[in-house]
Amino acid sequence: MNNAETAIEAKDMVKRFGSFIANDHLTFSVYKGEIFGFLGANGAGKTTAIRILCGLSKPTSGEIRVAGFNVFTETEKIKKHIGYMSQRFSLYEDLTVFENFRFYGGIYGMSRSAIREKTSEMLGKLGITELRNTIIASLPLGIRQKLAFSVAIMHTPEIVFLDEPTGGVDPITRRQFWTMIYEAAASGITVFVTTHYMDEAEYCNRVSIMVDGRIEALDTPAKLKARYEAASMNDVFIKLARNTIEK
Amino acid sequence: MRTIFYIVQKEFLQVFRNRMMLPIIFVIPVVQLLILSYAVTFEIKNINLYVVDNDNTVSSRSLLEHFRSSPFYHITGQGTNSRLGMEYLQKGKAHQMVVLLPGFEKNLVTGAPARVQVINDAINGSAAALMNAYTMSIISDYNKTIITRVLPAAASPMNVCWSFWFNPELDYKTYMVPGILVLLVTIIGMFLAGMNVVREKEIGTIEQINVTPIRKYQFIAGKLIPFWIIALFELAIGLLAARLIFDIPLLGNIFLIFFIASVYLLVVMGIGLFLSTITNTQQQSMFLAWFVLVIFILMSGLFTPVESMPQWARSLNVVNPIAYFIAMIRMVMLKGSGFQHVSDKLGLLFIYGIAMLSLAVWRYRKTT
Amino acid sequence: MKRFVIKEFLHIFRDIRSMVILFGMPLVQVLLFGYAITNEVKDVHVSVVDPSHDQVTTAIQQRLFASGYFLQGEVLYSQGEIEESFRKGRNKMVVVFDDNFAQKLERREIPSIQLIADASDPNTANLLVNYANGIIAGYNQSMAVSAGGPVIVPEIRMMYNPALKGVFMFVPGIITILLMLVSAMMTSISIAREKELGTMEVLLVSPLKPLHIIAGKVMPYVLLSFINAISILILSHFVFGVPVNGSLALLLAESMLFIVLALSLGIFISTVSNNQQTAMMLSMFALMLPTILLSGFIFPVENMPVVLQWLSAVMPPRWFILIIKSIMLKGTGLAYFWKETIILIVMTLVFILASVKKFKIRLA
Repeated sequence: MNNAETAIEAKDMVKRFGSFIANDHLTFSVYKGEIFGFLGANGAGKTTAIRILCGLSKPTSGEIRVAGFNVFTETEKIKKHIGYMSQRFSLYEDLTVFENFRFYGGIYGMSRSAIREKTSEMLGKLGITELRNTIIASLPLGIRQKLAFSVAIMHTPEIVFLDEPTGGVDPITRRQFWTMIYEAAASGITVFVTTHYMDEAEYCNRVSIMVDGRIEALDTPAKLKARYEAASMNDVFIKLARNTIEK
Repeated sequence: MRTIFYIVQKEFLQVFRNRMMLPIIFVIPVVQLLILSYAVTFEIKNINLYVVDNDNTVSSRSLLEHFRSSPFYHITGQGTNSRLGMEYLQKGKAHQMVVLLPGFEKNLVTGAPARVQVINDAINGSAAALMNAYTMSIISDYNKTIITRVLPAAASPMNVCWSFWFNPELDYKTYMVPGILVLLVTIIGMFLAGMNVVREKEIGTIEQINVTPIRKYQFIAGKLIPFWIIALFELAIGLLAARLIFDIPLLGNIFLIFFIASVYLLVVMGIGLFLSTITNTQQQSMFLAWFVLVIFILMSGLFTPVESMPQWARSLNVVNPIAYFIAMIRMVMLKGSGFQHVSDKLGLLFIYGIAMLSLAVWRYRKTT
Repeated sequence: MKRFVIKEFLHIFRDIRSMVILFGMPLVQVLLFGYAITNEVKDVHVSVVDPSHDQVTTAIQQRLFASGYFLQGEVLYSQGEIEESFRKGRNKMVVVFDDNFAQKLERREIPSIQLIADASDPNTANLLVNYANGIIAGYNQSMAVSAGGPVIVPEIRMMYNPALKGVFMFVPGIITILLMLVSAMMTSISIAREKELGTMEVLLVSPLKPLHIIAGKVMPYVLLSFINAISILILSHFVFGVPVNGSLALLLAESMLFIVLALSLGIFISTVSNNQQTAMMLSMFALMLPTILLSGFIFPVENMPVVLQWLSAVMPPRWFILIIKSIMLKGTGLAYFWKETIILIVMTLVFILASVKKFKIRLA
């Protein structure tokens, strides 16, 4: 993995809101094809970072490239190569499943037939072909999350950003969701995922742990556990958080 | 182009799926047109009159008979005490009181001025002026008849006749219906498009759109077109109703009307969309749009003649799209004006529309 | 409960833009109505076709243009030019004199004067013709008087508004519209917003009683509306001299009643609409246009067709406008409008009951 090409390069990424520093000199790289976990407690600055990488928010300073493009000057080029699933709900509740697929596929410039094929393929994989013409509002949260993810990758982006994708869903659905993430990664899509569920960190190739706007640790889950002599990622996180407070 | 199509398609789906919105967009406006067109009239048909006759002679009764037989007056009370009449005015049971003082007839015979008191409830100043004008003409008619009797030579030396062009029956609806049409089209245009964008901000779906490679102009166009079509459709329904129900004449070219409306909608929707880019909640954007709209409507000449406004206020109307549209639609519908008559205004409106839309596109931020 | 009300206040007051509009709008409207908007007719462009050009036609023209209603418009030389001039919108009326006017008059041939008005605006046309006709009649009468005929002299008194100022008529209307806008429209939208964003559910499962939630939501708007009403009164009094002849306390009490009525109407609208857009369009179409057009604000109710008069009877603003006109301009007391007051109270109760019923159904 070490010699692989990078999908995201961030060097000294800073974002200030007035006197508050949400991202304090973040430096990290994400390799192509990996599942990169971006961990931290609520309010640690994860969403701010992901919004910068997606081109939704301008960083204060830093050198950042996503899919080879500069986030200061080439946000629109970046947007052609990424998918994004926001923390807030991103599907139109008053449209049907297919209408949502068609809308987002259409915006990404997919052809009519490609949209149709991709929709049936993805619904087939989820085993919910029969829900194609159901209004989103009438679907349970778990299915909506899976659909939102499918919509985010339907145009086969190079990188997909998932902001707290499993927030509020039950453990079984979370497991299924991670299966989908693995499949996406296997098909060559780089996955950048934020979460505050530490158990989910075990599923990632590498994780970075953010505390109060700074990256405190970045490595594979196995190495992190070894370094902090912890049994689980949760323990790693607790130790890190305690260290920061003591500092 | 295809991207714009997908947004337009989505907006239509959302509008047509909202069970409450549909009647609000298509039924209520027509109902409003029907109802309100009858309501907006400055014509004075029923002047509630209280008469006090303290002379009680042939002449005084004969003058009052003139009021009684006029279709404009409705005598709500009669007596010899003007204090009771004041009570009527105060309660709003009468709008006007006519008092004939003792000696009315005697004065007429001796050639002394015969005084008649006319007391008007003038809270509505212009209605009072009109009401007073009617009363004056009844009194002067009566005066003329007695002059004719006494001095035939001085009577009616000249003949005044009048004609009302473009609307010979003085049908107020003919005037107001085009105005109300303008109002309906404006509300749809200005509010729906703008609020729609803010709604996406509020529920968060706009993030999902901003992260796509969509161009800013595509987004604005995608939001503009559906409501542009809906508003024009609304205009078509309204015109049809105006034609079938009110028999409003349409002297000019109907395509010219739609062409003017299309250009006009660019302006109001541009304003609505621009407001949506500077607000974050629907409540805010509605506040702002409403504020702008009320001022535009009141200044536009829709209800009150533009001519009676002072010059500075008329100059302000340069930036009032409603004033342009109302003037043009009335010219085309009622006077049969052609393209050459409205081309100046239309050109200005077009430039204005392009400017507002460019402003909206420029101000729309995909990145914060 | 107290915290909740404070939160609602902060919510509204922190939003500076809305504040500016909420307090700026009434002021701008009063100023506009006071200075710019009027349905009086004055300084209207009128042109004259006068082929005879003698002392009589000149005298009549002088009278016309000295009246203040008319301004000399485009010069026209023949009847044929009239239509084009109307079509371009240059003139509103044309006065056409007969040729050899004075001579015909002397020979007792009864010359004629034609008043041709552009009646695409029938109101103005009607007023113009009436005024012009009156002025010519005045000229004739003065001629008759100088010949020694009997003459009736009308003494005119304009009660409550001697200068016939438009503001007198509009101030009560603006107060009503604003109270309606701020109270009904804003309440309905703010509650619909909570519904749309799902925060209403959160509030409903909280220990707060539904009644308290609603009360908390409307409280800031009560205050806002009240401040607005007072600022309009102050402005119209000191800038335009609109009096408050009756009891100020009574005026404020009636305003309070109307505010509560508007709020209950707003709550009712929010219970029947599913999102903010619907609430807004409902308020817009169901409240604003009728408030402006059916209430007697601009157009007198008595002149409407009977069916519309009935319809206007169910419009709360109609009764409120009547009440405040009576208090402010006529200076009368409760004895003169207790019926209207009772109507407003009954309407309030109806809306509150209807919303409570609707609300309960939703919860069940």
